[in-house]
Amino acid sequence: MDSREKVLDKYSSKVYKNRKEHVITIEEGEPNVIQADTRAIPGIMTNRGCCYAGCKGVVLSPLKDVAIITHGPIGCGYYTWGTRRHKAKGDENTKSFGEYCFSTDMQETDIVFGGEKKLKKAIKEVVDIFNPNCIMICSTCPVGLIGDDIHAVAAEAEELYGIKIIAFSCEGYKGVSQSGGHHIANNGLMKSIIGTGDAEPMKYSVNLLGEYNIGGDGWETERILKRIGYNIVSIMTGDGSYAELKNAHTADLNLVQCHRSINYIAEMMKTKYGIEWLKVNFIGIEGIKKTLRDIALFFNDPQLIARTETVIAEEEEEITEGMDYYKTRLEGKTAAIYVGGSRTHHYINLLKTLGVEVVLAGYEFGHRDDYEGRDVLPSIKLDADSKNVESITVEKDPENFKSFLTPERLEELKNAGVPIEVYNGLWSDINDNAVITDDYNHFETEEFLKLLKPDIFFSGIKDKFIIQKSGVPSRQLHSYDYAGPYAGFRGALNFAKDITMAIYAPAWNLIQAPWKSTPTLEGSLGGTE
Amino acid sequence: MLDLTPKELSERSALRINPLKTCQPVGAMYAALGVHACMPHSHGSQGCCSFHRMFLTRHFKDPAIASSSSFTEGASVFGGGSNLKTAIKNIFDIYDPEIIAVHTTCLSETIGDDLVGYINDAKIPEGKIVVHTNTPSYVGSHITGYYNMITGFIKYLAEATGEKNNKLALFPGFVNPGDMREMKRLMTLMGVEYIMLPDTSGVMDAPMTGSYNMYPKGGTTISDIKDLGNCELTLALGELTSEFPADFLEKKCKVPYKTLPLPIGVENTDAFIMALNHFSKNEVPYAIEEERGQLMDILLDSHQYTYNKSVAIYGDPDTVLGMAQICMEMGMIPKYLVTGTPGKIFEQKAKILFEKFGLEGCIAKSAADLFELHQWIKNDSVDLLIGGTHGKYIARAEDIPLVRVGFPIIDRYVHSYMPIVGYKGAIRLAELILNALMDRQDRDCEDEDMEMVM
Repeated sequence: MDSREKVLDKYSSKVYKNRKEHVITIEEGEPNVIQADTRAIPGIMTNRGCCYAGCKGVVLSPLKDVAIITHGPIGCGYYTWGTRRHKAKGDENTKSFGEYCFSTDMQETDIVFGGEKKLKKAIKEVVDIFNPNCIMICSTCPVGLIGDDIHAVAAEAEELYGIKIIAFSCEGYKGVSQSGGHHIANNGLMKSIIGTGDAEPMKYSVNLLGEYNIGGDGWETERILKRIGYNIVSIMTGDGSYAELKNAHTADLNLVQCHRSINYIAEMMKTKYGIEWLKVNFIGIEGIKKTLRDIALFFNDPQLIARTETVIAEEEEEITEGMDYYKTRLEGKTAAIYVGGSRTHHYINLLKTLGVEVVLAGYEFGHRDDYEGRDVLPSIKLDADSKNVESITVEKDPENFKSFLTPERLEELKNAGVPIEVYNGLWSDINDNAVITDDYNHFETEEFLKLLKPDIFFSGIKDKFIIQKSGVPSRQLHSYDYAGPYAGFRGALNFAKDITMAIYAPAWNLIQAPWKSTPTLEGSLGGTE
Repeated sequence: MLDLTPKELSERSALRINPLKTCQPVGAMYAALGVHACMPHSHGSQGCCSFHRMFLTRHFKDPAIASSSSFTEGASVFGGGSNLKTAIKNIFDIYDPEIIAVHTTCLSETIGDDLVGYINDAKIPEGKIVVHTNTPSYVGSHITGYYNMITGFIKYLAEATGEKNNKLALFPGFVNPGDMREMKRLMTLMGVEYIMLPDTSGVMDAPMTGSYNMYPKGGTTISDIKDLGNCELTLALGELTSEFPADFLEKKCKVPYKTLPLPIGVENTDAFIMALNHFSKNEVPYAIEEERGQLMDILLDSHQYTYNKSVAIYGDPDTVLGMAQICMEMGMIPKYLVTGTPGKIFEQKAKILFEKFGLEGCIAKSAADLFELHQWIKNDSVDLLIGGTHGKYIARAEDIPLVRVGFPIIDRYVHSYMPIVGYKGAIRLAELILNALMDRQDRDCEDEDMEMVM
């Protein structure tokens, strides 16, 4: 039996039947089909969160000038307060709500008699105290069940206060993971914000989609793009804002970092405004270089292309010595990597550069296209859970529709391997024989740790200490263990430094107490003296 | 930092800003982790379970295991019975705990899931146990959930067999494993045999050995929970947290109870030791006397740095009251005492404390939030903040030193291993408070005023 079979073998037949589709070993030349984005099995310790976490926690919270009211009992708002490291900075013109948590703190009477009255009052109190330009309302489980019409409340309040107020029905039970929440957030931003601004278009302008500025990743990416000469219209949504997002439709190109959480907006903006999207990766030196060259090819300006090479050379020069050193410390190590829905893929090239082989990988809430590539999309059948997450369609906006590329040039670029509207998924970079586990759970983590013995395990806070207690260093790739940035050239060096530190922390060599390996009793046997 | 917070106070009746409490289920999960070989189970959508595990892990820097019923929209409409049934089977199959402790969520409470019925219908392997408690997130706070879960264990398991066990039942309050260890140490020194529920020491502060054990050595055993019914007396530490289960145990098994404040500070620890002394009839050993004497020595030696210093204390009700006590013993003025947990008793208890120390003008408020506390501070500042991590924004905004005490502390290490209870805990608190105030003096003074000796 190989490792995969050994782990699956321990399940009951029912669980086995389900999990065998989600756990595969990558085989060369095979299609490597995986099952994903389906329900977690009750009782299995999944690492997944809920729809609210994906909508409010991931996509909406980073919008700094928006006051987000969580409509529900206190917990959900509380847990998403300051706990995701989407850094943001306000200025004189931008109120930054990042340090605040707003909740209607629903009580039993609100559940029994309905919470709309309290929500209306809460909106009024936010307006009175903070006077924001935009308020968002995110509902939690009981709100959907008792039938509060948060959309009607939002519409009424928008009229009353003359500011943008948007409601998101992102109850935790919707869909099968955070992923449904991303989609719901995408829909709301598309319907109510994007395209409502009237800014003048800028030259060589891009939106950066699916970059949440964890640990300052977005800032590092932005720094490099600006050095080359691009104008960034909006970032969705790390250190982003309602004010910027309104004008997102004026950009020439959408750069998609996190495919999973934001591909819906990328697709809809293509349909509505004609804006192409390009799958990028600002993590890892090879990833960044390809991405920067792809963007330059898109704009096809000789000056930009030259500038791109200069910036790449300079940025790379700055980190080469450091990277070479860390490679000597890391070469030959193996890694396991489990993160959300795109990040796992992003780090593979960086680990390769450092000589680290990925032996175990997976997504927490990825879909099949995140593994197998978008070509698989037409063959994915929608199940009941997916249908419960709203999907919207948009129409061409004749006034704002534009195509930066001629159809011929688009074809030319696609043929040259520029990933416009293309994403080939994790499979494009994963090595053969790696074990892939979708929606991995506690049991599988424990078992694969024993079988595959990776030198480092990249995951999240819930399993970090389980892994470390097993004797394996673990770094969180959701929060970067409160370090970072990891994006960009400088970020790659930060990453290399941090994982070297994790593996070589002196305490690892001190775990075993000396008396465990040295006999306690010293002296001579009785009667010999 | 917190630049949008206005100084002018305004009446709020619907909006909670920067809360000082969280919801019931996380408290229930923490209590269940204090039972040996127990799998806490969250009956709701999986986000709740994820949030709570995340939150506890961040505070303890140790694994917080728990499973979920993983509700989808279907379960929310048709009820979560089949999800729970599947979950129970899978948990025993795969994770093999001795006991599953189910708590509900606002989702399963709103749809009115019948947990008693579900558990009765579930297939539970021979010798294994499933208990539950109701923890609607829209009532009370994490403190409520904590004592509801303790009560749930008692409801299902505690029995009075008619034969007393000569033991003391101890409900430790919502405290860290370090505190629970200290309580146990004091009881052992006092020669008191006890059953403590829950006991997260050895679970949430489990040692690094190089091999992971899902059910570490610690935690109250099931047989001990059963035996609670045979205890002579219950000591309920932290009146607002522990009286509820103590009262329930009395009703169910006729075990009389006595409530005491959390043993934070001199007098509160004295009361705890006296209660132990009264229970065991054993003399207080010199070891404890020595600790108390050391504490008194420290408080007197250092009083000039704390005397008349004003402090704002925020957090869980019993912790805040205990911290207020020790601060007043150090000559400080607890100008603001706030908790997010609702309940007017907190305010009444605080008032009694203020009167005891002859203080006027101090404010105590329950069901409060950090936004309001910040506004008070903007209008009339304090020398020191004491509470959990979430006050760090205020500390920075107003440039006030912060001593991290209580729950949650998600931005520092070691705290959960160290006690704040008992004389030893008070010595630690004195050191934390003195260091914060004296470091501040060193930082703020002019070069010529820098003292080599303090």
